[in-house]
Amino acid sequence: MIAYLIKRLLEMLPTLLGITLISFFIMHLAPGKPTDILTELNPKITPEARERLEKLYNLDKPVVVQYGLWLKRIVKLDFGESFSTDRRPVMQKIWDQKQSLLDRRLFITLMINLITFAIILAISIPIGVSSATRQNSLYDKVMTTTVFIGFAMPSFWFALLLMMFFGVYLGWLPISGLKSLNYDALPLLGKIWDRTGHLILPVFISAFGGLAADSRFMRSSMLEVIRQDYVTVARAKGLPEKKVIYKHALRNALLPLITLIGLSVPGLIGGSVILESVFGIPGMGQLFFMSVMTRDYPMVMCILTIGGMLTLLGNLFADIGYMLADPRIRARQ
Amino acid sequence: MTKRAFLFLLILLIAVNILGCKEKPAATIKTSSENNSDEPAYGDALIVGSIGEPSILIPMLAGDSASHDIAGLLFNGLVKYDTDLSVIGDLAESWDISKDGLVITFHLRKGVKWADGAAFTADDVKFGYDTIVNEKTPTAYKEDFLQVKKAEVVDKYTFRVAYEKPFAPALTSWSGIVVLPKHLLKDADITKSEFARNPVGLGPFKLKRWTPGQELILDSYREYFEGRPYIDRYVYRLIPDLSTMFLELKAGSIDMMGLTPIQYTKQTNTDFFKNNFQKFRYPVFAYTYMGFNLKHPFFQDKRVRQAIAYAIDKGELIDVVLFGLGSPATGPYVPNTWPYNPNVKKYEYNPEKAKELLKEAGWEDTDGDGLLDKDGIPFRFTIFTNMGNTLRKNAATIIQWRLAKVGIKVEIRALEWSTFINEFIDKRRFEAVILGWQIGLDPDQYDIWHSSKTKEKEFNFVSYNNPEVDELLEKGRRTFNIEERKKAYFRIQEILAEELPYIFLYVPDATPVVNVRFKGIKPAPIGITYNLPKWYAPQKMQKYMVEP
Repeated sequence: MIAYLIKRLLEMLPTLLGITLISFFIMHLAPGKPTDILTELNPKITPEARERLEKLYNLDKPVVVQYGLWLKRIVKLDFGESFSTDRRPVMQKIWDQKQSLLDRRLFITLMINLITFAIILAISIPIGVSSATRQNSLYDKVMTTTVFIGFAMPSFWFALLLMMFFGVYLGWLPISGLKSLNYDALPLLGKIWDRTGHLILPVFISAFGGLAADSRFMRSSMLEVIRQDYVTVARAKGLPEKKVIYKHALRNALLPLITLIGLSVPGLIGGSVILESVFGIPGMGQLFFMSVMTRDYPMVMCILTIGGMLTLLGNLFADIGYMLADPRIRARQ
Repeated sequence: MTKRAFLFLLILLIAVNILGCKEKPAATIKTSSENNSDEPAYGDALIVGSIGEPSILIPMLAGDSASHDIAGLLFNGLVKYDTDLSVIGDLAESWDISKDGLVITFHLRKGVKWADGAAFTADDVKFGYDTIVNEKTPTAYKEDFLQVKKAEVVDKYTFRVAYEKPFAPALTSWSGIVVLPKHLLKDADITKSEFARNPVGLGPFKLKRWTPGQELILDSYREYFEGRPYIDRYVYRLIPDLSTMFLELKAGSIDMMGLTPIQYTKQTNTDFFKNNFQKFRYPVFAYTYMGFNLKHPFFQDKRVRQAIAYAIDKGELIDVVLFGLGSPATGPYVPNTWPYNPNVKKYEYNPEKAKELLKEAGWEDTDGDGLLDKDGIPFRFTIFTNMGNTLRKNAATIIQWRLAKVGIKVEIRALEWSTFINEFIDKRRFEAVILGWQIGLDPDQYDIWHSSKTKEKEFNFVSYNNPEVDELLEKGRRTFNIEERKKAYFRIQEILAEELPYIFLYVPDATPVVNVRFKGIKPAPIGITYNLPKWYAPQKMQKYMVEP
């Protein structure tokens, strides 16, 4: 087991290097430079000033040299300074020690995604199971349609509708942001309610949109399992249907879900560009989008690298999870 | 299992909340009212919605408009523009310009204090100047200051600059961005200093707190040299989506934002809106144009450019693209400002005249396919514009349709900004573009029209070359005499209107909206926020109570 783990971890290194290499060069292949925003079509800038700026960011060196310089720093987990005009360290933008934990970008996205993820699992597993046991019934069809409506509906549009209804018309929920203006003056319970209230709409919308994948996955996995011989055996020996489904069948049907969970790990820090913009949530998705648009190489590379690492780790955890959960795989190792 | 995880998260959320809330109360919603008059009163908070977040609050390093919005409230310049665009004193009480126009002496206001209590003196101006010309300072505004031959502190309240040649934009270059507190920054690396995100200024407001991605809170500076601003707090809320922002406005959570044309014309005519908000409308200092690559064989003949101008209906563009919120542009200046010449050649929509001119220039439909051609080459070209700007894209589409009617086939390509500039503008790989220029308040446009500015990365990318215009541009920036400058710029506009290196399309209007409780707003050609410190909410209408 330990040997297997070490082997897997070592295997991850070249993959990670490959990820950094590809993402670095793809980013640099796009025309344009981070200094463009400041200098292009700006009548007040001279060619000398432009050169000075490019030199400042090492942009005058060949791309290979830039990659080397960057890699050298990254080994020490130093992601460098952002190329945007504020020139703050990249890590500080993601995880600003000076802000309270609740206002740090990575935390915000992580929190929203974890809550959404938990809600999706909590709802889609029962939906999947019950649809499978009532395959092709009216209930199954209604559920299928509902989750696909959620999947197909443009989230920004649905978000605006809900904001209009709950925020403007009824006035029950805040429309955007993470907290109210008078947040600091609220008592503790008020603060908790304030934060929660701001999260209800974004979490609801992203959970509604995410139901389809997991519930359909669960449904088909369940359908497969209930046709197995041991389920027939369980029924034949006279177990109540509830026990057959939830005790015997469900356990096995849940196994493929481990993969799905492993794959969602990188998404946890990615955030959603659209939802974060519509709801004015200062998370990672917004930051990533702005960084790509301004060619802020260090920022983009940092998020890509962390995302790459997390994908690999997610895979690793999924494999380990399988080994722990499924004796058949353990035996094969 | 999942239920337990959810519970755990909830507990985590609560725990974090307990840990993260040691700050003092900042604002509470006010319930009672004492006074019933409309008199100016101190207090209340103005909440402004913005789609962009400032990146740096040192004015000379800032490149984006959000940074300038906030930095403008924290810092002042030596001079500023009055409502009629004449120049008046700000931190400088008065100034003298030598007879030959080469030396400007500023007499600074006495008794002005930085927000930390230190006195403002001529040393701060000199320090700001030294910083901006320092080659290590990554600023985009260096150019005007490199014209200075010598800058010196004469005494504590007198500052003198000398120029090599007379330079008309010289005076106004000292507005806004150059003054910095020497006592705080003299030993710091300005690009890395904490000051950039937590500055000490001397303007009407001072930064209280900046929560990245969420909001900036500014409190009024009570010792402000023009008197304490009435509004106690200015909150800059970041909402990246305009529809969301509009909903926030309707829900009363923000007090001021810029409306989109469709919001201004279609969504704000309800009684609710009229009772709760005041809308404003004035031309912005910018124009949108269609520029030709004058080196391209199609566009070398001015009759072709004129024909295209006749084939485009500017009024229709404004009605459709801007919902009527704009005015036709006739040259590179904004109507109702002193350099603007109203009497230049105008091109009313006239497709017949367009066809005539094209025929004169040799373009005729000889093969009957509906497309004009000349020497066997069909008249077909591409209009480039930048992606993400729907207004420009829409304008291009309407122009495409109008030009099709006179037999010209137009394609439209929208490209991401960096790609557009680097691959197409810089390499001159374009036939026509739709773009816009922001115009400074000084009329000098040397960089855009002078024939020496056609190299790669320079701004005369359409390759315009007219010796008379070159001479007039030179003349306009070398004299301080407004009448003479006016003459030069009037003539330039006449030439541009005749030769049409650009077709000037429209000047859009700014359409801000402010909650009705704020009084004292006086719209002027330069906008509404210039007198923000004088805005107030009458006592009985105040909404927020601000505790310092």
